Amino acid sequence: MNRNEEKKMDIAWCPGCGNFAILKVLEEALDELEIDRRNLVLVSGIGQAAKTPQYLECSYFNGLHGRALPVAAAVKAANPELTVIAESGDGCSYGEGGNHFLHGIRRNPDIAHLVHNNMVYGLTKGQASPTSALGFTTPVQVRGVFEEPLNPVALAIALNASFVARAFIGDAEGTREIIKEAITHPGYALVDIFQPCVSFNRTNTYRWFKENTYPLGEDHDPSDRLEAFRRATETEKLPTGIFYVNPERKAVFDREVAGEGDKPEPLHRRLPDREKLEKLILAAGSR
Amino acid sequence: MAKNHGLSIAICGQAGQGIKTVEGLLQLLFHRAGLHVFTTKEYMSRIRGGMNSTTVRVSSRPVRALRAGLDVALILDRGGADHLGERISPETVVAGEEDDLTPEEKGRGVFLAVPWRAIAKELGGSFYLNTAAAGVLAGLLAADREAMASAVAEKFSAKGEEVAGKNREAFGRGFDAGERFRKDRDLELSLPSPAGEAGKVIFNGAEAVALGALAGGCNFLSFYPMSPATGVGVFIAGQAGELGVEVEQAEDEIAAANMALGAWYAGGRGLVTTSGGGFALMVESLSLAGVTETPLVIHLGQRPGPGTGLPTRTEQGDLLFTLFAGHGDFPRIILAPGSVEEAFYLTREAFNLADRFQVPVIVLTDQYLLDSYRDLAPFDLSGFEVENSFVETGPDYRRYALTEDGISPRGIPGRGEGLVRADSDEHDEYGRITEDAAVRAAMVEKRFRKLAEIEKEVPEPEYSGPENCRTLIIGWGSTREAVREALEEAGLESAGHLHFSRLFPLPPGLKDRLEKAERLVAVENNATGQFADLIELRTGVKIERRILKADGGPFTVEELAESLKKEAAR
Repeated sequence: MNRNEEKKMDIAWCPGCGNFAILKVLEEALDELEIDRRNLVLVSGIGQAAKTPQYLECSYFNGLHGRALPVAAAVKAANPELTVIAESGDGCSYGEGGNHFLHGIRRNPDIAHLVHNNMVYGLTKGQASPTSALGFTTPVQVRGVFEEPLNPVALAIALNASFVARAFIGDAEGTREIIKEAITHPGYALVDIFQPCVSFNRTNTYRWFKENTYPLGEDHDPSDRLEAFRRATETEKLPTGIFYVNPERKAVFDREVAGEGDKPEPLHRRLPDREKLEKLILAAGSR
Repeated sequence: MAKNHGLSIAICGQAGQGIKTVEGLLQLLFHRAGLHVFTTKEYMSRIRGGMNSTTVRVSSRPVRALRAGLDVALILDRGGADHLGERISPETVVAGEEDDLTPEEKGRGVFLAVPWRAIAKELGGSFYLNTAAAGVLAGLLAADREAMASAVAEKFSAKGEEVAGKNREAFGRGFDAGERFRKDRDLELSLPSPAGEAGKVIFNGAEAVALGALAGGCNFLSFYPMSPATGVGVFIAGQAGELGVEVEQAEDEIAAANMALGAWYAGGRGLVTTSGGGFALMVESLSLAGVTETPLVIHLGQRPGPGTGLPTRTEQGDLLFTLFAGHGDFPRIILAPGSVEEAFYLTREAFNLADRFQVPVIVLTDQYLLDSYRDLAPFDLSGFEVENSFVETGPDYRRYALTEDGISPRGIPGRGEGLVRADSDEHDEYGRITEDAAVRAAMVEKRFRKLAEIEKEVPEPEYSGPENCRTLIIGWGSTREAVREALEEAGLESAGHLHFSRLFPLPPGLKDRLEKAERLVAVENNATGQFADLIELRTGVKIERRILKADGGPFTVEELAESLKKEAAR
C-alpha cells in the first residue's frame, strides 16, 4: 500500500477535528526530517487520536488503551535503529496510562510522545478527561468536574523529563517545529498538543485555545528547570513552546537495557551463543 | 524406616538464619560424595524471623519428591521442633541446642544436644553455626570427614584463608559431636553408598526455567517482582550482560507484558515472569497478543490464591485461569513442566512455539517446582535451533495475510520494504482497522486455524505403568515425581500414571485413551481438580475420583501413597 492509498481511507474523525491538522503537521515533520518510513514505528493506544497511525505511511502497533508507552519503549530498545513515536490522546496517556506516563519519563527511552489533548473523551462521547477544566460539565460530570486537572507539562518537568513541550494545533507551523525537535531529541520527549474536539467540547474550542494560549517567547531558557516549571503552572493564559530540555539526561534506557555500548545490535540480529550457554550451565549447576 | 529411598533431613530455623547456607553446603557435600540429592524449602512471607524449613533428601538412586518422614532434624532455633511437628518420629535424630527444645520435644525423637551457638561464637560469628550444623549431620552419617572438611574450606576459599579455615574448623567440631553421638547411641544412620552416577549439575526449577528461556533465544525480559517467580528474573538478569539480554523491571505487570509484546513485535524474544496476581494484570495483554498475533512467553509460577493468598507457598490453582484469561476468543498454548529438566526443555520450546504460531505461550510452574533442587545431567543443547520465523517484508506486505494454516508470515519493522501494522482492533490483512463482518469472520477463523495446527503436533502425555491398567492416575505439572514415587511406595504396580506437561491444547485422541481405563483418578495440588474439569470440557470424559490438596504445601510421597492405596482399594 502506498501513501496515496492511505489518503483514500475512510477516516474515522469528525469533520473539522483537530486530528486532521495534527496528522498533516506530523507528515510534514517526518518529511522534513527525511525519516525513512520503513524505519518508523508509531505506537498508539485507543481513542480517536490513537487512530492517527492508521492514516500515515508507517509501521504501527496499535495496542490497548493506556499502554502505548511501555510498548514504544520496548520497540525502541529491541531495535534502536527505528524511529519510534508514541501517539495517543489525553485520556489514554494521562488517565488509563498514568502510571506508564510517570515511569516512562523516569525510563527516558529515545521516543517522542505526542499527546492529542482536547480535554475531553471523544470516542466514548463526551465524558471528562484528566485534563478537563474545573467545572466542565458533561452527561457524567453533571455538576461539573471537581477534580484538579492534570497538568502534564508541569508534571513532566517535576519528574525531570528530558524534553517537555506544549503545542496548539491552531499554530500549525509552531507545532510542526516542536514535533521535529521532539523526534530528534535523544530521549523521551513529551509534546502535549492542544486540540479542540468539535463534537464534545464546547468550552475549549479553536477560538478558546487561540485566545488562551501564547508563545513562551524567544527569551525563555529551556535549560532552566525552575523557570520552566513556573511557566508550566501559569493558568491565566497557557504558554506554548519548548518548556524544558534537560541538558544532563541522556537516553540511557536503550543503552542500559541493551547493555552494548553506544550502538546496540537490534535483537533480531542477536543469536544465542551456544558455547557461552553450555559454560553457564556447567558453572551455575556446579554447587 | 525403609531405606531404599535414602535419607531425609530437615533444617529448621528462622528466616535470615542461614538455612539456605546449610542447604547449599549439603547439596555440595552429598553431590561431591557421588550421591543423588533433592532439596526443597517451605518458608514464610517475611524477611527475618518466622519458621522456615528445608528438606534435603540424599540417596544412592535418583530422588525427586518431598517425603514427610525425617531421619534427621537439625533445629537451628527455638520453635523448630514444633514447626516440624509430626514429621519427627521416634527414630528421627533431632539435633539442636539444649535450650531450644522443650523436654516434650526432645522426647519425640532421639535428641542430640549440640552447643553450636557456642561453637560459632568461639569462632567469631553466628555464620559458622550453619557450617557446624552441616558438620553434625556429616558426623551422624559417618561421612568422610577430611574430604568433606576440605570441600567446605574450598567453598569458602573466596572469602579468604581465615574464613575458609574457620569454616573447616566449625565443620570439624560439628562432625565430631555428630560422630560421638552416633557411636554412643549405636545409631544405624549412615550416608548411602553411591551407586551409578549422580547428575553432574544441580538446579532448581527457577534456574531451569531461566536457562530454558535463554536456550530458547530469550533476549528480552520485562517483569515486576513477585514470589515465587522472581528467581527466574533474577537469574536471567545476572547473565544479561554476558548473553546480550535486555532486562527491564517494569512499573507494573501491565507494562511488563506490554513491553514483552513490543519486543516481540520489533524482532526480539520476550519473556515475562510472574505469579497469579501479576498474571491477573496481564490478562488484557494476553488478549492483545491474541488479536495482534504477537508471540509472547509468560512464565507463571503459581502460589495459592485467591488474592494475596499464601505468597511463598505452592498450589496448582491457576490452570483454568490461564486457560480462560483474556477477553474474547483466541488460541493459546499452556505448558506445565513436571520436573526440573522439563522446566528447561519446555520453556526453551515455548519460545519456538510462540514464534511459530504467533500465540501467547504460558509456562505454568509453581513454588514447589521452582524452589526444588535436584541433581541431573547438564541440559542438552544439541538438537534444538532457535527459530526466528520473521520474514523480509515486500512492498505489499500484509501482516495478517489469510493463509491455509492461519499462520501469516511475520514481518518486523525495519526489515524489508513493507510496513508492519499490528492492530488490536479487528483488522484486515494489512492490519488496518475494519468493522467489515466478512473480514471479521475470516480473521476469527484464521486465528483458530492456528489452534488446529498446534493441536496436530501435541505429543502424547507421558505414560508409566503396565500395558493395561485398571486404575489410571491423571496428573499434571509438578506432581509428576511425587505420584511416581508414591505409586512405587504403595506397591500399586497395576496402576498406570498418565502425566500431562502440555495442558492446552490437549493431545488428539485423548478421549479414547481415557475411556479405556476402568477407573480414573486425578491428582492435583488444588482445591477442585481443575485439570480434571478441563479434560471433561474438552473430551466429555468425567473424572469423578480426585485426590486434591490445597493447604499450601506440595504432596508428600507418604500422604499420596496413602490416598492412592485407598483409591485403588475402592
